[in-house]
Amino acid sequence: MGLEPQVASPRSLAEAYGVLAAAPADAPARPIAGGTDLMVALTGELGEPLASVVDLWAIDGLRGIAVDGAALHLGALTTYTQIRQSTLCREHAPALVQAAATIGAVQIQNRGTLGGNIANASPAGDTLPALLAADARFVLGSVRGEREVAAADFWIGYRRTALAHDELITRVIIPLVSGREIRYRKVGTRRAQSISKVVIAVAWRAGTGAWRDVRVAFGSVAATPIRAARTEAVLEGSPPTPEVADRAAQSLADELSPIDDVRSTAGYRRVVAARILHRIVREAGGW
Amino acid sequence: MTTYHFTVNGSPTEVDVPGMRRLLDVLREDLALTGTKEGCGEGECGACTVLLDGAPVDSCLVPICQVRGADIRTVEGLAAPASDLGDPAALDPLQVAFLLTGGAQCGICTPGMLLAARAYLDAGGGPDEDGIREAIAGNLCRCTGYTKIVDAIALVARASR
Repeated sequence: MGLEPQVASPRSLAEAYGVLAAAPADAPARPIAGGTDLMVALTGELGEPLASVVDLWAIDGLRGIAVDGAALHLGALTTYTQIRQSTLCREHAPALVQAAATIGAVQIQNRGTLGGNIANASPAGDTLPALLAADARFVLGSVRGEREVAAADFWIGYRRTALAHDELITRVIIPLVSGREIRYRKVGTRRAQSISKVVIAVAWRAGTGAWRDVRVAFGSVAATPIRAARTEAVLEGSPPTPEVADRAAQSLADELSPIDDVRSTAGYRRVVAARILHRIVREAGGW
Repeated sequence: MTTYHFTVNGSPTEVDVPGMRRLLDVLREDLALTGTKEGCGEGECGACTVLLDGAPVDSCLVPICQVRGADIRTVEGLAAPASDLGDPAALDPLQVAFLLTGGAQCGICTPGMLLAARAYLDAGGGPDEDGIREAIAGNLCRCTGYTKIVDAIALVARASR
């Protein structure tokens, strides 16, 4: 194929930070994790060909799933298969497990990583609404040290993120909230191997009937994964009644402005998103 | 160029290639193992499926730098080789079952199907249709309609219980 990017294969995080910091800001080294997105760009047919890559696969410090204090921690190199198989994830992040199960099929799930899904910043990234709804935070590391960025502040534009050119996502932190319910739905053309038309994740705490801390997050309906703030406000403090479900679904249809593209139409996305939200509220209300 | 060591179908192997070369190209072009097919080249079709440390992966999406020290199994490694005494090669039961049921037609998806199915059975997968269909959901077939492939895998799953 004629294009041969330079490859650095650091064995430690410190070494990887050094490689990234040494690359010029206008020609950054591109980190590669499981490769399921990046390898498709190798030919240069989609965007710029890669000049140099930093292979993260051998850095075991980026692996592991643990509960520490009040949060679930996932290393950035955690694969979708590992998420699906993890009892900690099944207990504390069921929506993330559901999301992982909808991505590609076993071949992709064995290689694709959570950190890669986040950094790739596709508006259709299947785990991203689940992370938004769960108030996830991302730990970003570089030679300058570590910082945390909330999921809600991470995707700043179409395929643009809060990552500096020399930073890596090292960890994902999902706070454990007692009594939190979370629901996840992906609508695609078929069950496996499909990119979503609409992805939705809804989270809330149901104390004495009324919903609190409502999060309504979407993929594939805007330039980035988004939260629907006005619809969240409709649901916040309300019980899941038919009247509230109707108002929330109407609010959502007004609030979303999806686009027509090769996978779906704006009209379809708006109708389906509102209908799924309505159904989630109905099922939660038991009516 | 970098030297990478790994095993292919049990044999220690060494290649001297650029690190981002696709495992698929290393297998087909550098190692002349052309049983592994290229379909889409972007992880959609599963034709290039091989087992990497026992797990199915699309070899078009794996750069060789990530194969260092790994154990690769391709369709060429499924059958037991013919012996020096003249015994013919012994096909893997899955290969026999694909022949029996008509699970292979044009053959492009077959090597990937066989390896995805092998990983499923090795992990204890049973003859239930849902389990089999999920295991091969990443392998597209344009000829068979999948029914005969599912039948073949179920046949082996039942026989090995």
